[in-house]
Amino acid sequence: MEFASIVKLLQEKLDSAVSIETDMDATPQAIIVPAAYIAQVCQILQEDSSMYFDYLACITALDNGPEAGTLEVIYNLYSIPYNFQLMIKVSVARNKPEEPLPSIPSVSHLWQAANWHEREAYDLLGIHFTGHPDLRRILLPTDWKGHPLRTDYVGPASYHGISTCE
Amino acid sequence: MDAISNKTGEGGVIMVALEDLLNWAERSSLWPITFGLACCAIEMMGAYASHYDLDRLGVIPRNSPRQADVMIVSGTVTFKMADSIRRLYDQMPEPRYVISMGSCANCGGPYWQHGYHVVKGVDRIIPVDVYVPGCPPRPEALIGGILKLQEKIKAKLTHSQLQ
Repeated sequence: MEFASIVKLLQEKLDSAVSIETDMDATPQAIIVPAAYIAQVCQILQEDSSMYFDYLACITALDNGPEAGTLEVIYNLYSIPYNFQLMIKVSVARNKPEEPLPSIPSVSHLWQAANWHEREAYDLLGIHFTGHPDLRRILLPTDWKGHPLRTDYVGPASYHGISTCE
Repeated sequence: MDAISNKTGEGGVIMVALEDLLNWAERSSLWPITFGLACCAIEMMGAYASHYDLDRLGVIPRNSPRQADVMIVSGTVTFKMADSIRRLYDQMPEPRYVISMGSCANCGGPYWQHGYHVVKGVDRIIPVDVYVPGCPPRPEALIGGILKLQEKIKAKLTHSQLQ
């Protein structure tokens, strides 16, 4: 299995309107997928017998900041039978404070591991995963306000009467 | 006792004030409530285990705050944990003491500036008797803290002295 053949196969299976871009500098090499198609792409990657990505190693997210105006979600997949690793990058527009959180289709129905990883991305970076069975905060207390790994996050002055200042 | 009976050949009697006896009992059986918060807890467990053997100081961990005399705050206190720590402290019967173990519990430690989730010192939620510095402190340092707490209890004034 080769990276180029994965891209080609995906492009054949998806609508012609969807263009799969690549990031050859990433390690492992990454495909860049439009947010709306991530669940569909993941299903093909998992089910197709020539790839069979059966193991989701990690989902992580990052904030490119208000100037760039994007949040990214990064999926690291591994195919155990073919011993092949693949990265998927998805970019979504950042929301302004009063706007609803940006959303991405959940992949937790394909890999159970995605459940908690998506909850972490939701908790710390404020990305909403549509179709997630139980999208709650996973690390911070339930009554916490905001998403602390956003670059423009400002913490509260006090929490439950405890001062947070230095 | 033995020295006295050897000298006189009779059974020994020691006359002390009841408060002194209670004070001696208190500082010789400092039972901590069992819980650990972070890597300091690993050192605390090391201190409990056979090599350092805190049993010899009368320090025996208890599973209930109702039976505990001292709380060893061993590790990073997060805001999520703060409510539970406060509640456990409130459940301990008096006299009760707190040992703050390690930099995180003392002042927030490495989370001082960027730790949005960390209480900058456990003394913001409960009163602390002894601070043990270190990151994490070695078992010897924790034992030093316990000995310091024993000294503190020994120096406590009795009711008659207070009056």
